[in-house]
Amino acid sequence: MTATVEPEIGRARLRKEDARLIAGRTRWTDNLTLPGLLHMAILRSPMAHARITAIDVTVARKMSGVLAVFTGADLADEQGSLPCAWPITEDMKSPSAPSVAVDRVNFAGEAVAVVVARSAYEAADALEAIDVDYDELPVVLDMEAAVAEGADLVHEDLGTNTSATWVFDSAEAGTGSDVEQAIAEAEVLIERTYRQQRLIPAFMEPRSVVVDPTGEQFTMWSATQVPHILRVMLAMTLSVPEHKVRVIAPDVGGGFGGKLQVTPEEVLTFLVARRMGKAVKYTETRSESILAAHHGRDQLQKLTLAARRDGTVTGLKVELLADMGAYLRLVSPGVPILGAFMFNAIYKFPAYRFVCTNVFTNKTPTDAYRGAGRPEATFAIERLMDELAAELGVDPIEVRERNWIRHEEFPFTTVAGLTYDSGNYEAATAKAKELFGYDALRAEQRERRERGDSVQLGIGTSTFTEMCGLAPSRVLGSLSYGAGGWEHAAIRMLPTGKVEVVTGSSPHGQGHETAWSQIVADQLGVPFEDVEVLHGDTQSSHKGMDTYGSRSLTVGAMAVVRAADKVKAKAAKVAAHMLEASEGDVEFEAGAFRVRGAGATAKSVSIQDVALAVFAAHDLPDGVEPNLDSEATFDPENFSYPHGTHLCAVEVDTETGRVDVRSYVAVDDVGKVVNPLIVEGQVHGGLAQGIAQALFEEAVHDESGTLLTGTFADYLVPSAADLPTFTTDRTETPATSNVLGVKGVGEAGTIASTPAVVNAVVDAVRHLGVSDIQMPCTPMRVWQAIRTGQTDAGGLGNEAGGGLGSIDSSGGAR
Amino acid sequence: MRITVTVDGTTFTDDVEPRQLLVHYLRERLGKVGTVVGCDTSNCGACTVHLDGHSVKSCSVLAVQADGSEVTTIEGLARDGRLHPVQQAFHDNHALQCGFCTPGMIMQSIDLLADNPDPDEQAVREGLEGNLCRCTGYQNIVRAVRAAASTMSGGAGPEAEQVAPASNVAGGGDR
Ligand code: FES
Ligand code: FES
Repeated sequence: MTATVEPEIGRARLRKEDARLIAGRTRWTDNLTLPGLLHMAILRSPMAHARITAIDVTVARKMSGVLAVFTGADLADEQGSLPCAWPITEDMKSPSAPSVAVDRVNFAGEAVAVVVARSAYEAADALEAIDVDYDELPVVLDMEAAVAEGADLVHEDLGTNTSATWVFDSAEAGTGSDVEQAIAEAEVLIERTYRQQRLIPAFMEPRSVVVDPTGEQFTMWSATQVPHILRVMLAMTLSVPEHKVRVIAPDVGGGFGGKLQVTPEEVLTFLVARRMGKAVKYTETRSESILAAHHGRDQLQKLTLAARRDGTVTGLKVELLADMGAYLRLVSPGVPILGAFMFNAIYKFPAYRFVCTNVFTNKTPTDAYRGAGRPEATFAIERLMDELAAELGVDPIEVRERNWIRHEEFPFTTVAGLTYDSGNYEAATAKAKELFGYDALRAEQRERRERGDSVQLGIGTSTFTEMCGLAPSRVLGSLSYGAGGWEHAAIRMLPTGKVEVVTGSSPHGQGHETAWSQIVADQLGVPFEDVEVLHGDTQSSHKGMDTYGSRSLTVGAMAVVRAADKVKAKAAKVAAHMLEASEGDVEFEAGAFRVRGAGATAKSVSIQDVALAVFAAHDLPDGVEPNLDSEATFDPENFSYPHGTHLCAVEVDTETGRVDVRSYVAVDDVGKVVNPLIVEGQVHGGLAQGIAQALFEEAVHDESGTLLTGTFADYLVPSAADLPTFTTDRTETPATSNVLGVKGVGEAGTIASTPAVVNAVVDAVRHLGVSDIQMPCTPMRVWQAIRTGQTDAGGLGNEAGGGLGSIDSSGGAR
Repeated sequence: MRITVTVDGTTFTDDVEPRQLLVHYLRERLGKVGTVVGCDTSNCGACTVHLDGHSVKSCSVLAVQADGSEVTTIEGLARDGRLHPVQQAFHDNHALQCGFCTPGMIMQSIDLLADNPDPDEQAVREGLEGNLCRCTGYQNIVRAVRAAASTMSGGAGPEAEQVAPASNVAGGGDR
């Protein structure tokens, strides 16, 4: 049993998941088919804001293969309102959110009718035969205009475009002093407005859902990150008894927060299948996905940082406008609030105030996208630290060092009220500088500046932290979130000694099957190969909170560890009986029970022996149940705080504005590592998405609210040719908040990288009078900044290629 | 229209709608669901298969255009239970996470290696430009393709689909 010799945790195991995926033996939702399966297609509004005055479906209904056409009016009585689980304030305004519009559309892409047909082709054909009359209403797109006096309204009945205003003030909370005073007394003030452009999660597998109503339970297969939450929410939204619904997330092709949702499409497929009494499938096209699946980011950040001349920061004030889009989806309102705790980052601010105003516009709703609130915060503070350094004429790393929490100061309670358990910013930074060749690159930068090279070098720093492992239930309660943050796991010991692990985490690319197998192999001393991980089906894994917020390892795997502890405790009783010893005298090591101190050659019983003995149940101690199976629910006591230092060098062609990432070094501290291969992969993917925000991606609307970046030809998800090779490394300070010492890694790369890249771009051209370039830093924007010396370059630019500089001046937030 | 196509070694004769895309024919008619659809504008490459030995995006080919041709999908790569070296390299180098882009990536990589048996990093990146991956940041995909190049003896077109002696089968060995 080699697996018991070397610990599995820390080992670069190749993934169990791969065998099927590399062979095309996959179970994507869209691969599934059932006898008599019907296909649904959705007609979507081309208008961003309009009254529906008439819908004529008569022609469509008569077309070949078309079984039914439903409009909003047909489904109004049963569709309920899509759930929002995070009412951030008591007076939060939340419009009713239909899955299919009834008399009014509030964003372009909203469903207005559905067709059910024998085939997907026939369903799509029939969409074209539906006639909808719209009466246009004024569109609300710009957040600042939306909250101004006398603005047109997205939802007339709410009487305002402001959904809620959420405030954290360190003086009021008792976690720090008064920021206004800090600002009044500041020796240096850095005031900036940054824009977090709207992004599209762009998971590669389009969303798909199949509902089979023909059994005793409704079975829903969905390309979702959250099968458990989806089940509860369907029950609550549609008044269908929870025990009559089973949700399965089969193979799911990426999510990044984009599949953390209870979608209109899921509800509609459910309603239609129930009506028809037949299984129904809906699979979105990519264009539909880009248009109608929730978007991410989209904030306007007004920032004031106060500091002393020596570089010590004294206060931070953050005023946000956050675009919710037309409706509040599952956790839309809470996304910017997650950032509230992160603007102060790793720095010892004595005073802090955060005010966020959530705003409705006639755009696709926003919600979680990788990092959710934390990338926005990290971008703002890391950009500000660079600005402070520039203002003071000191090295950006030096100014950070002056202010960050020193390693000997942990645990450290921040001005935002969180307690960071562990970290070592000095170590990560030292390692990153060395790998990067920081001093040599600075020297080259000076040399190029002096020479007046047309290609300038810029260096960007991001010393980030984040809070993840969502989340301690009582903290979620204090933030008015509608559920807890625990996770559940169960372990089943099979008679032959094999192990089934049931987890409430719901992977969609993260490699849980491999990582959980490694953890359980160590815990129970069984071979890695003998562990099977079951997930993503509410029938086998009945309890769970699913996967998002880098929570699976820090919360989900901790539940697995606790369940394993219980298995071992149960097994110890039986093993002692088998060894004819008292329970207190036996110890468990490397998969076997022995009498303590009896030596390695003494009689032992393996956990597999115990499993078989329990199965037979012929000779168990009195009162012992013939069952080793155990379950546990783990509620974390704190978040986890991965951190790291990322350094980016870019070359900027000052004649064309072109940006090339020359080198990128990421040193991350994610605590103990279960599988370094998986960790590295998560960092790579995270970096790609963060860099894409800095340089390529942006969802752009025109003045009528039409999404201009509606395909992969316009919305620039980077290809292999657009990205550099990353240098990744790690430092390790174990988390003290869980026994595994793990911190979570899913979002770190995305959170850290965006400011590192933008800081580098600005650094390359700062000597030309540039202090900011809006994201994405396209050639057009960079060139414009250089030419005009505009401190706030961006705004105009509408060349083809979507994200390549095409931000509409009147559309998105300026 | 009636077409005859050989897919992964089996010949099929079918009546198809003239407008049916090859990818839909493969998935819906033949059950070759290993090949997937990631977009509707021929940008993502998830649907990549080989048509007479060369990679094509099967969402941009009509089924009728494949009449008389040979199609290889991800499901037809492994022979006698042995993975194709490129499949093996993707596993060995952790070149996939969710795996949705993987079939297309592998098919495109094989085509790339057929044209250039020893590509440098830049050549791999450019050769995969038409295939999007949202999970991996591409680094390990590039590494996998270069690793496969070194284990394959090279060769163009369909020859590249032959299986070189592969060491082990995917399923959780050590790196
Ligand atoms: S599905 Fe063929 S290129 Fe995207
Ligand atoms: S592995 Fe998920 S898209 Fe490539």
